[in-house]
Amino acid sequence: MRTRPAARAGQYAALLAYLIFLAFPFLWLLSTAFKPPRELGSLHPTWIPRHPTLANFRQAFEEQPLLHAALNSLLAALGAAVVAVLVATPMAYVMARHRTRLARAASGWVVVSQAFPFVLIIIPLFLVLKRLRLIDSLAGLTLVYVVWSLPFALWMLVGYVRAVPAELEEAAAVDGAGRVRTLVSVTAPLLAPGIAATALFAFVTAWNEFFFALVLLKSPGNQTLPVVLTHFIGAEGVADLGPLAAAAFLATLPSLVVFALLQRRITQGLIAGAVKS
Amino acid sequence: MTTPVRSPVTSPVEARRPPRRTGGRDHAVWFLVLPALIPILVLSVGPLLYGILLSFTDAQSGRTSPTRWIGALNFQDLLHDTLFWESFRIGLVWAVGVTVPQFLLALGLALLLDQDLRLRWLARALAIVPWAMPEVVVGIMWRLVYNPDAGILNETLRDLGLGDGRDWLSGLATALPAVIVVGVWAGMPQTTVALLAGLQNTPRELHEAAAVDGAGAWRRFRTVTWPALRPVALSITALNLIWNFNSFALVYVLTSGGPGGKTRLPMLFAYEEAFRYGQFGYAAAMGCVMVAVISIVLAVFLAGRLKGGEDA
Repeated sequence: MRTRPAARAGQYAALLAYLIFLAFPFLWLLSTAFKPPRELGSLHPTWIPRHPTLANFRQAFEEQPLLHAALNSLLAALGAAVVAVLVATPMAYVMARHRTRLARAASGWVVVSQAFPFVLIIIPLFLVLKRLRLIDSLAGLTLVYVVWSLPFALWMLVGYVRAVPAELEEAAAVDGAGRVRTLVSVTAPLLAPGIAATALFAFVTAWNEFFFALVLLKSPGNQTLPVVLTHFIGAEGVADLGPLAAAAFLATLPSLVVFALLQRRITQGLIAGAVKS
Repeated sequence: MTTPVRSPVTSPVEARRPPRRTGGRDHAVWFLVLPALIPILVLSVGPLLYGILLSFTDAQSGRTSPTRWIGALNFQDLLHDTLFWESFRIGLVWAVGVTVPQFLLALGLALLLDQDLRLRWLARALAIVPWAMPEVVVGIMWRLVYNPDAGILNETLRDLGLGDGRDWLSGLATALPAVIVVGVWAGMPQTTVALLAGLQNTPRELHEAAAVDGAGAWRRFRTVTWPALRPVALSITALNLIWNFNSFALVYVLTSGGPGGKTRLPMLFAYEEAFRYGQFGYAAAMGCVMVAVISIVLAVFLAGRLKGGEDA
């Protein structure tokens, strides 16, 4: 389709405005992270630090147990991603291939669970986990993350399963392969990239999660990165800006890397789930 | 793998048939479903029902006397709790105030990204950034932007000669608009991706036919793009309204509900009630009221979506 030059110029102006709106807070975070205290205190802040320094990063690690918190986050997010995908893949397969009442109920739950206000879940969950002695433990948090990431995992995986033609499975069955063999040697390899994308997405959501971690983890040694980050903001909301920015930037890196690698797959998965449900 | 017998059902014409109707009595299905079903029932459906039960009790944290059934007393109290209704009102203002601009901006961006523009890849990459960031980091980042002295917002205003700026997040009048801007920014990517997916499902030929017929951009949007986009737009708007109404981390980090409760969303209110004051039963009742409101939003939008389907 041909577009007139004036319209095209307007489109580029709009695109530029969007780029600035999307990028400027992040660039400001970066700039603040590398600024020495004197420049941070100045009443006329500059976009680009005149004397960039890594001191904020060192100070951030000294002020809060960042490494330990990152390890906690990593354990909870990895555990959640692996377990979620292990239990979600078979269920997603059933939801995609069979129209049983159970599969329909599961699809309904996927939609409805998006609408839960977590406060209604968290209080009973708190009591249940307390009874199971899983309160203030990473294992308990990981369990919660598994269930919490299941709706999205199912959503994505159902889309990926539907993208695998059922005819391939039928062909294998005609060839005399049993049900299990068909699943393992025909379906699973075709699903593998989708499963990996789902796992990484579950990892990122768990890595970023805050509310459950805030409520369920009390002792500082157990807390995850997002919770520890809020400790940089003092009780009165006064923060040491440099270390705060440095720590916040570091906490974002893993998810940014995952998203950069997987951008296309994740959006495709979400779209596949959305369009076909 | 070669297929020795080419069954007629695998012909391309019939490739799109509905899924098989086995299952039901098929025991293998249960083995595939149980690993996910058990945690869902124990840690999601169970607690949800338990939460509804709790809202009819006087459950408190760390109390020694047993919890008693008190009927609808919590809900009666809630009815007269002006602070809760104020927070409810703030929650609605926030949900609509974030969702509407977010939708319009995301629609604009999606329409741009659907065009053949040069910097499209950069915009796509950038649109992912807010999505990948932990909400806590988004909150921290915008605190740096809004910082009264060292923040870039006030500095830009000073440079433009628009006054000396202010402390946006602590001002009674500015706090809610300031957090709404952050909410719009943080949720734009998901909305954009969803709308872009919807756009890419609209048939190109229709666009071209409309253009040949001499339809202007606005008419093409109204007659071709929007009808195709409507179902996606309605679903994402319903979800955004609900997600925003339920949001917590962003505002917790930005203002903790302050100043003077001006940004105290219902989730923040219920969180304080439950985990600061230990009023589990009362907070559960708040959760129930929120679920009721959310169900109404869902019902309205589902009805709208079904109606749209009949028109098409």
